[in-house]
Amino acid sequence: MKELSLNILDIANNSVKAKASKIEICVTESKKDDFVSVDIADNGCGMDEQMLLRVIDPFVTTRTTRKVGLGIPLLRQQAIDTDGHFDISSKPSKGTKVHADFRLTHLDRPPIGDIASTVVSLIFASPDIRYIYKHKTDSGSFMLDTDQVKEQLGDIPLNEPEVITWLTEYINENLQCIEGGKI
Amino acid sequence: MKSLEELRAIKAKMQNSVQLRGVEDADSVIRVVVGMATCGIAAGARPVLNKFIEEVQNRGLKNVLVTQTGCIGVCRLEPIVEVIMPTGEKTTYVKMNPDKVAKIVHEHLVNNRAVEEYTIGNADK
Repeated sequence: MKELSLNILDIANNSVKAKASKIEICVTESKKDDFVSVDIADNGCGMDEQMLLRVIDPFVTTRTTRKVGLGIPLLRQQAIDTDGHFDISSKPSKGTKVHADFRLTHLDRPPIGDIASTVVSLIFASPDIRYIYKHKTDSGSFMLDTDQVKEQLGDIPLNEPEVITWLTEYINENLQCIEGGKI
Repeated sequence: MKSLEELRAIKAKMQNSVQLRGVEDADSVIRVVVGMATCGIAAGARPVLNKFIEEVQNRGLKNVLVTQTGCIGVCRLEPIVEVIMPTGEKTTYVKMNPDKVAKIVHEHLVNNRAVEEYTIGNADK
């Protein structure tokens, strides 16, 4: 993956498939402490311990088209290769949490990339899921909760193109304010 | 600086001027399906999806429904997009990019002419 935001899109799609009704995405970047971290937590169907031990193996997948699943192994490899950490925890019928962090100044760390595009792609695909996206930097933090968006919109669907375009601009503007997503 | 209250204006505008997609026009809906599994995402499916959303909005195409799916099965040809016409006729476009999207929207979605050169049948020629 060329950007961390693409990894996030990929991992969050696992949450969608796990029938989550709420997905939290948290990105933290700190130049001061030299790290970038990504946390994705859902309330989906979760996994038992046996499956949990196996998902970091690329030859494990729930998909039926073939026998490899690369989403989690890719993210894990990227974290480990850049002096970071990877952690996944899960409870059946409770949900799953994925954590990855990276050393910000490591040469091989992928850029965060177009995170607004990732968030709106997720909202667009599954507007019924409640997404909470938080982004923290040294100069501030930003949060988007799709429940608050729905409150304003009433019966207009979240995935109307006009709303999606507005949300993209809204996220980018707020990220600019906290100087987020540029590294 | 944008605030969430601005969404109310979008809501009001849409309620007044735009007929939201209803069940009654289900027979005329063109479906655009973008493969968004790990393979698709890594190959560049996200900008392809976003370009479709943008084009559909800019042209006001009310009968086009853009959706996502998982892995379509030919990862080496990702990003893959399927266009399904109201008649059920399906066209599979491969190795997509945002420039190809613009042409497909114009030729196929608006003028109902599949863009042969981008289809899976032409992929290995």
